[in-house]
Amino acid sequence: MGVTTAPPSPTPVFRPGTSPARLDFSSGIFEYAAAPESVRPGIADAYGLFIGGAFVDAQGGKRFATINPATDETLSEVAEASAKDVDRAVAAARDALPAWSALPGLERGKFMFRIARRIQERARELAVLETMDGGKPIKESRDVDIPLAAAHFFYHAGWADKLAYAFPGADPKPVGVCGQIIPWNFPLLMAAWKIAPALACGNTVVLKPAETTPLTALRLAEICAEVGLPAGVVNIITGAGETGAALVNHPGVDKIAFTGSTDVGKRIAKAVAGTDKALTLELGGKSANIIFEDASIDQAVEGIIEGIYFNQGHVCCAGSRLFVQESIADRVIAKLRDRLGTLRVGDPLDKNTDLGAINSPAQLDTIQRFLKLGRDEGATLHEVNGSALPDRGNWCRPSFFTGVQPSHAIARDEIFGPVLAVMTFRTPEEAIVRANNTPYGLAAGVWTDKGSKIFEVASKLDAGVVWLNTYNKFDPTSPFGGFKESGFGREGGRHGLRAYVRL
Amino acid sequence: MGDRLGVAKTYKLFIGGKFPRTESGRTTKVEDAQRGVAAHVCRASRKDVREAVEAARKAQRAWAGATAYLRGQILYRIAEMLESRRAEFAEVLTTEGTSADDAQREIDGAIDRAVAYAGWTDKFTQVWGGANPVAGPYHNFTVPGPVGVVAVIAPDERPLLGLVTLALGPIAMGSTVLVLASEANPIPAMVLAEALATSDVPAGVVNILTGFRDELIEHVAGHREIDAVHAAGVSAEHRQLLREGAAENLKRVTVRDTAGDAWFDDACASPWWIEPFVESKTTWHPSAT
Repeated sequence: MGVTTAPPSPTPVFRPGTSPARLDFSSGIFEYAAAPESVRPGIADAYGLFIGGAFVDAQGGKRFATINPATDETLSEVAEASAKDVDRAVAAARDALPAWSALPGLERGKFMFRIARRIQERARELAVLETMDGGKPIKESRDVDIPLAAAHFFYHAGWADKLAYAFPGADPKPVGVCGQIIPWNFPLLMAAWKIAPALACGNTVVLKPAETTPLTALRLAEICAEVGLPAGVVNIITGAGETGAALVNHPGVDKIAFTGSTDVGKRIAKAVAGTDKALTLELGGKSANIIFEDASIDQAVEGIIEGIYFNQGHVCCAGSRLFVQESIADRVIAKLRDRLGTLRVGDPLDKNTDLGAINSPAQLDTIQRFLKLGRDEGATLHEVNGSALPDRGNWCRPSFFTGVQPSHAIARDEIFGPVLAVMTFRTPEEAIVRANNTPYGLAAGVWTDKGSKIFEVASKLDAGVVWLNTYNKFDPTSPFGGFKESGFGREGGRHGLRAYVRL
Repeated sequence: MGDRLGVAKTYKLFIGGKFPRTESGRTTKVEDAQRGVAAHVCRASRKDVREAVEAARKAQRAWAGATAYLRGQILYRIAEMLESRRAEFAEVLTTEGTSADDAQREIDGAIDRAVAYAGWTDKFTQVWGGANPVAGPYHNFTVPGPVGVVAVIAPDERPLLGLVTLALGPIAMGSTVLVLASEANPIPAMVLAEALATSDVPAGVVNILTGFRDELIEHVAGHREIDAVHAAGVSAEHRQLLREGAAENLKRVTVRDTAGDAWFDDACASPWWIEPFVESKTTWHPSAT
């Protein structure tokens, strides 16, 4: 790989003291040759459901295709679990529960350490598979998703024999059979977030990955079998909304853990209202990223980029509402435009790619609907990225809106795409009030070099995760989860264990 | 002589530090064990629920902003106020046929519970918060804060101890509450209100309504400005109603099965009775440049 042989373009001349002294990013000076990832994971033509330690066909034999959103190619066909299959999976988890929960914690932990190791050892294959199935850039699946998935198993493995110390004065017991439903934006990582704490606390699980991204979860099922995890402790069933509903409504499930949209989360909360099922929900967001005039502007601009364009904006905690202090708004917006121009949209398997494919045509429609709505409502769209897009697949260049009113849909609703709403404020008090003026409360970012101000603002924001002079950082030791309509419960850290024990 | 007629009292609601009558104008009688009229209480309406939520919301930020030390002092003051009103509590607790000894026991339990929670205000964060050793140059810590406005549905059993136990956990960590008093014997709750009104508890931190669960629970369940519910002694139907309504704005609902002597158990003042009413906030800050 190397820097390229792009035809010589007029070299931008930078003359200090002259104005405007800005680089012209459209001139091609940052072109790179493609650097595609060469590893190809073996993908079977078809996958069954992982129930009771073995792959089995769905009853009735129904299947659906999983597609590479960057090429529109079918990667494989996976079984569509019916209500009867959900029954089988829950029964397998129930059968496995007594022995698994009675196993000494250290022994449970040892299985989990093995899983962590195998994820590390198979990291490259998993990263490529993740990128092919979901469309995210390989540098993200390689550097973020897969290492963090391994880290989650490693971290939680160590809790399995220490639960009594996590809850002083209490005697934590497993909840039982956990039904877990996860989204398509971080497929393997979400599976790890759900499965690892559940197993550490002595529960057994039935996990349903999202219908557009089932392949890495099925690979995780192979790993579970590979390390000798007792049959039925982890069951992975593929399917869409109907399969998920069957799992939520199954009387044999003791707990539901769901990550996804607030709408579906509310429906699940209603569905389990008359039951004894425990429930945790990690839902949507419209997180505020607040830039004060005394921030390090260049770092803040990087943070804005990281906050909203990471994973094509398919991130529940994306910093999708930017609040810039009025005095620096022009500077920040100019720098944002420049930086936006340098982002590379394209082949997710190319190591240079910053934004990969939009996960599905349906999601692309949603994003485009919001882009239109934003313009129709009178905001100004800045679409300054000029990446050449591939002919096939689902693509959306990163963009942002200015002239946004708090009442605009693009300022209120979760878009789940690479679209930022930029607004300005005058005082810290105003920033706090406006940041909190949303039914969501998942995350927030604050940028200033003033120590006392940053902690004061952080303490007043209604958000479960607050990033100060940084954004979109994740770690298994660090609890994640929202206030208000962003859901309840935490994942990660000691707090995340709470969802998987009865005290 | 001797035939002097007593002055019967109609207990009013306790909202925002004041004692308004219900806007509905309705009252209901509370019967004693001999089925005589012990007193009248207000039969609160949906509008009263709204007023109570508004008062609780208005008081919440300032209450949460008070230092943990100050909240502890104020909770301890509640224990002092309860102690000084023992005689009055003893009288109203025996209304329903509870024995005098049992009433004393319940008062002891309520006072001790206030003392226990007073001590939690500046310790819970140290028990449930913490620093997180993330794999990178970040200072990362998790701190519990108040969930916001909490609706407390007090049980009929132990109308004083049950109420105090359910309300103090949320209050200790900076939430404010609106309480639906015991339906069978709401009078101890209103005596408590009178004690709180002359204590150091800021107006709006505790708001108490009397009335019928059948009428009020659905309004509590559906109110979007209520962030959490702490209930005990509710029927399966009411529990479902609470949870279904809660789904609208994702209220955190905790329904206790606590009954009988379990109300006296110290476990009712464990950190795990506070934890459902906090929101944990995790903050990241770079620790390297």
